[in-house]
Amino acid sequence: MTKKRIQAVLKQVVCIFLCLIVLAPFYMVLINSFKDKAESARMSLALPTKWMFSNYLEVIEKGNLVQGFTNSVTYAGISTFIGVITCAMAAFVICRNRTKINNFLYYFFICGLFFPVNYVTLVRVLTFFHLNNTRTGIIITFTSAMVPFCVFTIRNFVLSLPVELDEAAVIDGAGPLNLFFKIIIPMLKPTLVTCFILQFMGVWSDFMTPLYLSSKSSMFPMTMAVYQFSGKNKSYWNYIFADIILTCIPVIIVYLLGQKYIVGGMTSGAVKE
Amino acid sequence: MNKKKIYPWWFLVIPLVLYVCFFLFPSLLGVFYSFTDWNSRTMGGKVSFVGLKNYIEIFTSNTDYASGIFNTLKFTVISNILKLIPALLLAIMLQEGIRGKNIYRTILYLPSILPFMIIGLTFRSILNYNNGMLNAVLDALHLGFLKQKWLSDLNVVWKSIYGVDAWRGIGYVMTIFLAGLNTIPQTYYEAAKIDGAGFWQRVRHITLPMLSGSIMINLVFGLTYGLKVFDIVYVLTNGGPGHATEVITTYSYQLYSSGQYGLSTALNTILLIITAIVGVLVVKVMSRQEVQQ
Repeated sequence: MTKKRIQAVLKQVVCIFLCLIVLAPFYMVLINSFKDKAESARMSLALPTKWMFSNYLEVIEKGNLVQGFTNSVTYAGISTFIGVITCAMAAFVICRNRTKINNFLYYFFICGLFFPVNYVTLVRVLTFFHLNNTRTGIIITFTSAMVPFCVFTIRNFVLSLPVELDEAAVIDGAGPLNLFFKIIIPMLKPTLVTCFILQFMGVWSDFMTPLYLSSKSSMFPMTMAVYQFSGKNKSYWNYIFADIILTCIPVIIVYLLGQKYIVGGMTSGAVKE
Repeated sequence: MNKKKIYPWWFLVIPLVLYVCFFLFPSLLGVFYSFTDWNSRTMGGKVSFVGLKNYIEIFTSNTDYASGIFNTLKFTVISNILKLIPALLLAIMLQEGIRGKNIYRTILYLPSILPFMIIGLTFRSILNYNNGMLNAVLDALHLGFLKQKWLSDLNVVWKSIYGVDAWRGIGYVMTIFLAGLNTIPQTYYEAAKIDGAGFWQRVRHITLPMLSGSIMINLVFGLTYGLKVFDIVYVLTNGGPGHATEVITTYSYQLYSSGQYGLSTALNTILLIITAIVGVLVVKVMSRQEVQQ
């Protein structure tokens, strides 16, 4: 039995070591965000000699973080909400009514999982619709980009719902809208929440879309605001670190709250019961 | 039941229209424009055909766009190997029973939710030669000889990118493997043990075949991520030093910024073709699996 015990200890050592590697950068950023300019430039792991909580207030003001935060919430919230609901409707119909066209559409949508977005021509298309450099344009782009993933994930889940459910509802006189919103949506809730969280975090983290689609800094989401700020204040690592922490906090909160759903949903495609 | 009535076609309209107009159509339009001299001066609309000129330029120009294509492929292969194998071993280790499994999983998954922008900025400071945390830690451990100019030495910079990418991605890949491992009945392993199968034999003959679904998903996500990689390279090195770490997407962005839209879309079209080939292969395998089930 001693061999087993040694193995268990070794495993713990490996895991703790890996966790340290993961957490060390967080610690470094956090601790240095409370130092003054000169001290944080040294980036040491020691505690600050003087705790500069004011860094955070200053970076919120200088980095336009309130605006960035509002933009990020707007983009991520609206695009994800529309995307998940409409994709659920599409996935439901594709899965239940297996006509030739719908089967084709399913694979047609899935192709998007692989294809890269061509931003250069996307700008051209958005300009044609007078949507370039507008918030609506950015939101539409995000929603379009999440269609393949959402349809794919939600369809896999609809497969597991019994068709008798629909039949019973229809016999009771429900129309398609009633059937979908009153019966199907509640049953789909776990996977919808998963999609919502994953896509919300995806949009929050996205950098390429606003890089191509917005030239006005008033439209920048938080990630762009941080990038712009770090470019302008190269030597002020204390501010940059505080900025990094503030940008991370929302996603970390969403992650810790929604962890159960994230893990469940990521794997729903991989593991079929 | 009248299927047309309870499953109406118009449920599909919004995603379909958005997907076609703002995702697929731009990609196809890109193929068209890649044969033109489209640039910032002709943005208004009048473009003229130049045949294969853009493609010829990609492979013969002084700026080494071809190496960007090669780098993209190299990154896709190496970064996936560096994530898949350690993640699989980690998942097996956690699954075999370890105290604190859920805490470890939560922590190891954490980096993959963070914005690339944040990760890039953070590691730009950590990998800094003079003050960065990595070199400081190496010094403190008396391993000073391992110190490197992580982001400016041509021989090291790709390793730094792979390292940061693995730091971010291993937990994600591991989580998908863990879920797959969860579905393998313990009795299989017990039977194998009774028959005298060793650890590696059990991995090879039970774990790997039973995990094919998770491996597939990880490959799909990993390959598409690798081919489309942009953020991490852009923020960490911006293609430098020189053009050593340029990939297709960073070149494409540069060309877009300098107004050479035709050339930029030609690069994107090459990326489209590569991903299409990979995608067709994967969808074929996936639909075959579905039939088997």
